[in-house]
Amino acid sequence: MSTSGDQQGVADLPGLPPTSRLELNRRAFRQRQTVRSLLISLGSTAIFAVVIALVLVNSPGWRVTQDTFFNPEYFVAAIPAVWEGLLLNIRVLAFAVVGVAVVGVLLASLRSLRGPVFFPLRFLAAAYTDLFRGMPFLIVLYLIGFGIPALGLFQGIIPVAVLGTIALVLTYSSYVAEVLRAGIEAVHPSQRLAARSLGLSHYKSLRIVVLPQAIRKVTPALMNDFVSMQKDVGLISVLGAVDAVRAAQIKVAISYNYTAYVVAGLMFVAFSWPFIRLTDWLTARQQAREQLGGMV
Amino acid sequence: MTTREPSVAAPGPGGPVLRLRDIVKVYGTNPVLRGVSLDVSQHEVVVLIGASGSGKSTLLKTVNLLERIDDGQIFLSDTDISDPTIDVDATRARIGVVFQHFNLFPHLSVLDNVTLGLRKVKGVRKDVADERGRTLLARIGLDDKAGAFPDRLSGGQQQRVAIARAVATDPELLLLDEITSALDPHLIGEVLDLVGELKDAGSTILMATHEIGFARRCADRVIFLKDGLVHEEGPAAQVLEDPQEPATREFLHRVLH
Repeated sequence: MSTSGDQQGVADLPGLPPTSRLELNRRAFRQRQTVRSLLISLGSTAIFAVVIALVLVNSPGWRVTQDTFFNPEYFVAAIPAVWEGLLLNIRVLAFAVVGVAVVGVLLASLRSLRGPVFFPLRFLAAAYTDLFRGMPFLIVLYLIGFGIPALGLFQGIIPVAVLGTIALVLTYSSYVAEVLRAGIEAVHPSQRLAARSLGLSHYKSLRIVVLPQAIRKVTPALMNDFVSMQKDVGLISVLGAVDAVRAAQIKVAISYNYTAYVVAGLMFVAFSWPFIRLTDWLTARQQAREQLGGMV
Repeated sequence: MTTREPSVAAPGPGGPVLRLRDIVKVYGTNPVLRGVSLDVSQHEVVVLIGASGSGKSTLLKTVNLLERIDDGQIFLSDTDISDPTIDVDATRARIGVVFQHFNLFPHLSVLDNVTLGLRKVKGVRKDVADERGRTLLARIGLDDKAGAFPDRLSGGQQQRVAIARAVATDPELLLLDEITSALDPHLIGEVLDLVGELKDAGSTILMATHEIGFARRCADRVIFLKDGLVHEEGPAAQVLEDPQEPATREFLHRVLH
């Protein structure tokens, strides 16, 4: 880590006078402070963990709970079916991400159009994002999952995974559109001015100059939406798709043991963990880039 | 209110590259340009001087159609570009602009910045555009920076790249809007030298600047704007050495001392 507080090595640089006694004392003081805060946080964490463990183990139903949720036998038995289900989640997610990217960019572009001519388009895009950001995802799922087949427009049966993908795209594109719009507005107007002065059209300016910079600015926020999508993809089980959650549910229904749910939960966490870390890393990098140095 | 008859015939071939007639621009209730007329001939360098708020920058923006005028006419060669039916993007592509704050595209390399207009507006093939871009970068002494990103460059280097970007498509007219005002004093020289080279190469330039010394060396004509009007204009030597108007004298006195 190279934060501004990290002063080690400064004295070794050639061409600098020997470090003063005053500065050495200041560093020693900061070192002591750091060690003290570290000990305090470690100690409090340990105490907290011990308290939680004691409360759990000493609770009257601990034996039963342990057996119902954390039974090793059922755990191992549930893994193949739940993994099979997770593969469906991953497929749905892959398609949904592409759909969200396309629809989200389109909506954000429509909302950033100027001039009275485009009022209807702006209005429609705004209405769309308002609607789908406000509506619980579960209700969107039901409306799409049961509503579209009920219309009877299509011959044959539409796979529930496809309907689930559509619902995901509808909901998440509205979030992503808002994030992208914030990014577009954060690009300084002089960039658009420079692009237009070269003779680039509104559309080309947006695509070549504004959007690439906007996406860079909002990457952490977009990644956050992606992680959130990764776990919401498990909700397609309510439509009957045999995904990880549904597979676990089937196991539970047979055995009356809830360990399979824990298996599914852990798999979702394990799946999303790399992306969560990546998001944190991107955010930290961006922060470091924007506030080079400084004490706060 | 009487209406004037502003329409003028378009200048014929060999006429001025830029002809402004009675340009009016109003922001809200504040008239910034109150009827400015001026010509820029081919290969001519015309310098606009005047206090902040005198309308220099606004005038340049109206020429590039980044601001809509409220009255008057603008001719680029023989086209009336104030006509609302003209193709705005095609017109802007005929004019090169350099801004005070460079406005390079931070996500594109130096070379891509320079060649963007060629590739995306003129439709030139990438290898041809890159060839032309590298030649330009070599001319401004930055061929070793082709792959670098703008934030790795000094202010003077960035402004030279911005100039290369503006001239890459061989525009008929160059507009330079206080291009040295945001630079550290020791970086101004390299940018102005480049403008001098462009003049020697035959560019047609309309520029707003506070660099009176540069205007004296390089400008063919100097136009002093005051309160949105052309207050005095003439050959550079005459306006700068022997101004006729008291306001011009006072302005020059303040800038130079």
